[in-house]
Amino acid sequence: MDGIHDLGGKQGFGTIERNLPEKAFAARWEAAVFTMTRTARSCGALQNTDQFRFAVERIDPVAYLTHSYYGRWLGAVENLLVEARVVSSEELAERVVASGGDADALIAARPDPALGPIAAETASGARRPVSAPPLHELGQRVQTAAAPSSGHTRLPAYARNRCGVIRALHEVWVLPDSNAHGAGEQPEHLYTVEFSGEELWGAGAEPGTRVCLDLFESYLSAADLEKGNNP
Amino acid sequence: MSDTSIPALRAEALESLLIEKGLLSEAEIDQTLEFYNERVGPMNGARMVARAWVDEDFRRRMLADGTGAVDEFKFVGGEVQKLVVVENTPDVHNMVVCTLCSCYPWAVLGLPPKWYKDPAYRSRSVREPRAVLAEFGVELDPDKEVRVWDSSAEVRYMVLPERPAGTEHLDERALAEIVSRDAMIGVAVCESSAVRQGL
Repeated sequence: MDGIHDLGGKQGFGTIERNLPEKAFAARWEAAVFTMTRTARSCGALQNTDQFRFAVERIDPVAYLTHSYYGRWLGAVENLLVEARVVSSEELAERVVASGGDADALIAARPDPALGPIAAETASGARRPVSAPPLHELGQRVQTAAAPSSGHTRLPAYARNRCGVIRALHEVWVLPDSNAHGAGEQPEHLYTVEFSGEELWGAGAEPGTRVCLDLFESYLSAADLEKGNNP
Repeated sequence: MSDTSIPALRAEALESLLIEKGLLSEAEIDQTLEFYNERVGPMNGARMVARAWVDEDFRRRMLADGTGAVDEFKFVGGEVQKLVVVENTPDVHNMVVCTLCSCYPWAVLGLPPKWYKDPAYRSRSVREPRAVLAEFGVELDPDKEVRVWDSSAEVRYMVLPERPAGTEHLDERALAEIVSRDAMIGVAVCESSAVRQGL
C-alpha cells in the first residue's frame, strides 16, 4: 500500500540522530511489545511475518512517525489481537484511562473489523521448494511493475517502473503480497536487481551509486532494450 | 521527534490485560530483555569478519555462501534463512538498509540500533548514501562506487569491511575487537585502534 512506511527516497527527515550508548531495548515496555508478538503468534492472531509487516503498515501514519519503532510494533500487535478478538479496543481504552493515561491521546492501532485470523504457514520460514525454473537469468535487464498495490508489497515506490539488472537468483520464497493477506503462499523466484542512481533519482543522483533490491518474479518483466536506460 | 510516553502507557495496559488472560507472563518479558540486552549483539558478525581476515578459504566460503558460513559457528539465536555477505574493496563500498520496515541480520548483529529504524536513515540511504556516510564520518574517494542493499525480502545482508593497515600483528580474537557493528552495516570503516563498544 502507498503508506507512510514506504520511506525510501522521501526527503526532509534531516540529520540521523544517533544516541549512544545503545541497548536493544531502551525501556522495559519495548521488550514487552517484542514479547507480545510471540503472544500474538501463540494465540493464532499472527501467522506469518508478512501479516505482521502489513499490520504495521496499517497503523495511524502520524503515530508511525512519532511513536518510535516499538510504538509501531505495539500498533501492529494491537491491530492483530483486536482483529482476532483476543482483546477489545474498549477494554484496552478503559485500562489506559484507569492507569492515568489520556483518553484522547493518539492511538497507533487501527484494527480493521473486516480482518481476522488467517491460515497457518505450510512450513516454517519463507523458503519453499523450487517447482519451476526461473523466468529471468543473471545479467538480464528487467523492468519493475508500474502500478501501485493497495495491499502489502515489497516493491518500494521508488523502484516502481524502473529498469535494472539481475545480479543474483535466490530460488523460491513465499510471496508477501499474497501471504500477508492469508491469500495463499504463492511461492515465486526471488532476484537481486541492481539499479543505477540515475535510473532511480534522475540527473541529480549522487554519482557512482547503485541500489540493490530483492524482488519477486511477479514484480518484474523483461526490459524493453529500445527504451530502457542503461543502468 | 518521538514521544514514547503514549505507547509506553498503552503497552503496559495491553501487557496487564494479556497477563490477566493467561496469555503472557512477566517472566517471558524479563527473558526477552535479558537475552537481547545482555546476550546477543554484533559479536557474532565480528567473529566472522575477523576469521575472514585471517583465513582466505573461509573468506571465499563466506562470500559465496553467507548462510553456510554462519553454520560453521554455533551462535546462540543464530538462525538465519539466508545471509549474503558483501565485501568492501578499494573500488566498492557497501551499506545496508531496509526502507520498507527495518529488516536487519539479527543472527549476526543482534537487534538493530535505533537510528537504523528511524525515518531519516531509511529514507536517505538509498537516495544520498554518500551524504549519509559523510554524516557518519566516512569520506569516500569520489571514484569509489557505493552499493546500497535495501533488504526488501527475507535475505539479510552483512558487510565484510576492509582490514585496516597496521593490524598485521593481531590474531583473530584481537581483530574481532576492532570490528564495529556500524562497519558491518556499512556506515563505518574499521580502524586499527578502535575497540568495539558493547556486546
